[in-house]
Amino acid sequence: MFNNYEELNDEQLDVLREIGNIGAGNAATALATILNDRVDISLPRVKIIDFEAAVNSLGGSETMTVGVLVNFMGEANGLIMFLLNMEDAKGITDLLTHGHEEDADQLSELKLSAIREIGNILSSSYINSIATLTGLRIEVSVPYVAIDMAGALMSVPLIEFGTLGDKVMFIEEDFVGEAHQLKSSIILFAEIDTLKTIMERLGLEL
Amino acid sequence: MSELVVVGISDCKMTRNPNVLVTHALGSCVGICLYDRNIKIGGLAHIMLPDSTQFAHASINRMKFADTAIIDLIQSLQSYGADIRRITAKIAGGAQMFAVQGNSQIGSIGIRNVESVKVILRNQRISILAEDTGLDYGRTVYFDVGTGLMKVKSLNNIICEM
Repeated sequence: MFNNYEELNDEQLDVLREIGNIGAGNAATALATILNDRVDISLPRVKIIDFEAAVNSLGGSETMTVGVLVNFMGEANGLIMFLLNMEDAKGITDLLTHGHEEDADQLSELKLSAIREIGNILSSSYINSIATLTGLRIEVSVPYVAIDMAGALMSVPLIEFGTLGDKVMFIEEDFVGEAHQLKSSIILFAEIDTLKTIMERLGLEL
Repeated sequence: MSELVVVGISDCKMTRNPNVLVTHALGSCVGICLYDRNIKIGGLAHIMLPDSTQFAHASINRMKFADTAIIDLIQSLQSYGADIRRITAKIAGGAQMFAVQGNSQIGSIGIRNVESVKVILRNQRISILAEDTGLDYGRTVYFDVGTGLMKVKSLNNIICEM
């Protein structure tokens, strides 16, 4: 039995990684469709790591970062946060809108909604993979977007699930285009009861 | 030479004149700077949640919660000679990072953190000399133990010193 992410055993971690892999695969397909096959997407790297390590892999706690947050609820509860650094956010929206931003520090409203939509598509892909694997009925919220310090954004899921310890499920993917290579990061948090349900549904002993 | 002492998330440190305490990227979290100006000793706690009593876990990190972290920080300062009658506070953080609607606690946790910190400080008879809390952006807090000044930095280049 486990009560937080630290207590998951190797087999249980493998299940989470596998969900991450399948979700990322779905996400890649969805993204390639809207990006008109302009990008290749790397194999996702799924890790269960300390909060500080996750923040550092985004360039440090004060790095300006775009975050898209989606809650999921129903028979599974948790949240997904999709994170991009500013440069990559501009790069991916350039791919989508075929344009360049004049102002280096700002994202236009159009590009911001493009980011919100990408976050939405990616999050839904992960949720769909969980729902398909487990047969659970899951709904998602509208996507919320914010641009701020990486540490401040990433503390949001950590606070929401503060009882689950200081580790996060962290998924990194690279999108490789003609001119750009972009790195997206995703944090996936599920309530402990949801994790238990998922494990049970997938036939793991608790 | 002044030294920069970094305080992580769910962490707490203290130091003496002329050092500076810093904690990065407070979102809904709250940074609490406590200070005894007579002996120039100060501490900074970076708390995530308002109240430890709702968590039955035996192995909680006391620095994660406002109630336990503030009491522990006061005791550490006292053990280094601070007098609780002289200790004053400056606080920052407690933002709402995402404009989430509905009954998720994401929307209200910042406010609840700030409220909890204020109640605990009031119960300890510690007055709050300055605060920069709420709104919707992340903050990095520097606390200069030489001067007792708190400097708050955000990505909009808003820097205020109080």
